[in-house]
Amino acid sequence: MELKRRQFLKIAGAAGLLGAGAAQGLFEGTAQASRVMHPEGALIGKRWAMVIDMRKCGEKEGCNDCINACNFVHNIPHFDTPKEEIKWIWKDEYEHVFTDISTLDPYVPERIKELPFLVMCNHCDNPPCVRVCPTKATFRRPDGIVAMDYHRCIGCRFCMAACPYGSRNFNWRDPRLGLKGRKLNYEFPTRMRGVVEKCNFCVERLAKGKMPACVEACKEGALTFGDLADPNSEVRKLLSENYALRRKPQLGTKPSVFYIIA
Amino acid sequence: MIEKALQGSSRYWTWIGFLLVIIGAGFISYLYQLKTGLGITGMSRDVSWGVYIAQFTYLVGVAAGAVMLVIPELLHHYHPYRRVVVFGEFLAIAAVTMCLLFIVVDIGQPARLFNVLLHPTPNSILFWDMIVLNGYLLINIIVGYNTLLCDKKGIPVPKWVKFFAYVSIPWAFSIHTVTAFLYCGLPGRHAWLTAIMAPRFLASAFASGPALLIVLLLIVRKVSKYDPGDKVLQTIAKTVCYAMIANIFFVLLEFFTSFYSNIPGHMHGLEYLFFGLHGHDQLVPWMRTAGVLGFLGVFILLVPPLRRQVGLLALACVAIVVSCWIDKGTGLVIGGFVPNPFERITEYHPTIPEISIALAIWAIGFLILTVLYKVAISVREQELS
Repeated sequence: MELKRRQFLKIAGAAGLLGAGAAQGLFEGTAQASRVMHPEGALIGKRWAMVIDMRKCGEKEGCNDCINACNFVHNIPHFDTPKEEIKWIWKDEYEHVFTDISTLDPYVPERIKELPFLVMCNHCDNPPCVRVCPTKATFRRPDGIVAMDYHRCIGCRFCMAACPYGSRNFNWRDPRLGLKGRKLNYEFPTRMRGVVEKCNFCVERLAKGKMPACVEACKEGALTFGDLADPNSEVRKLLSENYALRRKPQLGTKPSVFYIIA
Repeated sequence: MIEKALQGSSRYWTWIGFLLVIIGAGFISYLYQLKTGLGITGMSRDVSWGVYIAQFTYLVGVAAGAVMLVIPELLHHYHPYRRVVVFGEFLAIAAVTMCLLFIVVDIGQPARLFNVLLHPTPNSILFWDMIVLNGYLLINIIVGYNTLLCDKKGIPVPKWVKFFAYVSIPWAFSIHTVTAFLYCGLPGRHAWLTAIMAPRFLASAFASGPALLIVLLLIVRKVSKYDPGDKVLQTIAKTVCYAMIANIFFVLLEFFTSFYSNIPGHMHGLEYLFFGLHGHDQLVPWMRTAGVLGFLGVFILLVPPLRRQVGLLALACVAIVVSCWIDKGTGLVIGGFVPNPFERITEYHPTIPEISIALAIWAIGFLILTVLYKVAISVREQELS
């Protein structure tokens, strides 16, 4: 069959359009929810971020206030086996938190090497976990928070493979087994086995006008939460006056958790 | 046509019974997993994919067996393959079915599986993998079944079936490419973050798939009156040889880039797999075995007098199948998770229920393969008489 020029152009044009559509879909890593309703009195931000001031954190030896607050507020189960561990915010050492720079520089002051760096979901601008999720169960809200829909998650754990920060947890068992005998927060749901979970920057508290639980719990004032898009916000002030690091910036994920080291 | 699978010798039924026992045991383990959760496996927060996804990755490769026969037959009119292609297509059907089952058992909430269709997400590679795998399964069922049906009736294969056979060629490439994309587009997983992942997948697929096919055809020759012929086996063996050389070459390229550039993150994965990292070396014997078997297989296939001896041909093919299985079905997936994003090492040991579920899926694959091959053999035997 001989193809007429006009027909060819039509087909080529249609194919091009289809291709462009598919390409757009493919690279639209950060599909955003179109509308978010804000209840009255909610804290509203354009780009939520957290600054962790390591000069203040770790002043009180063995302090776990922020971690305990998070564990209670979100009913985070405790399992003795590290294999099944669930953690939204926890401590780790400098060399494990800043892997890319620490392995190459052994001359960091001992004091810094021993600091209890807090780690959590970085709520990236360009989150790989959102890009790979096959059901949009994890998504980036317009205010920058990377949230989870526990009822849509199929438990494929692609997001866990994609997260370069090891921030995601899977419920290998019924999480309620790890909550036995604990005081529960009845305002936040427990999860079920077979789904992924992680730090949510306390969206449920922001909606009620409250600061994230960890920020509220820190008596040293080491954690500051605010709107990165607002030049007058406290986080912006801290960042303009102090030199801060983000984890693995070279990956282009643009985390919104900052660390003031010294 | 399918009724041919219901008539068989006692040896046939013993084999079927054996497979059913393994399937039954795995099914019980799966019920246990459904009830308690994936905590019954050896997977962890750090190594969050294990045996299931590794087998899935390997079997996507096996499914390629068909296309290495379809291309010569369809595009180069290499007629000796005409009667054999269907065995490759049936192998692909069994392999893709196993792939899909391995995905299902790996999922934490299998009841929600259809969320992938309810909320289609084109930016997720898993979405595309679902499309290409199911499509490949369908194409192979259409082409394999109809070709065989025409052979049985002694009529030429209709054009529309040939159309799907042509489609299966790029489609076979797509399933490996898309599966490689699952891994090689993730920032921060250095062992996977390599542009050569897709070609490497293709090379190992085109080696291990046809190698397994040769082994299967040797068995077919032994248990039935149908003989695909030495010429066919030797030609497939040459394909296996080329593909395996390419596969080994690609792995060596990974070594060069990682170690010559001397970037720690890029070396860690390979160091862990082949030499051990910070005293953790449980996969080292496996990976080295894979290396030795790979070279052994290539050596036998490369020397014509060796390759022509049936025993050695079988040995070479088994060596290559096992080598690729260790490489993709063990090393690739586990190696990508070690060390974890905090550069800590968590090792992974599959549990007994987990292995039993994996074995059951393999048994289901072999059951499908046995039934389909039984049908194909009966048609070929009918052609002989």
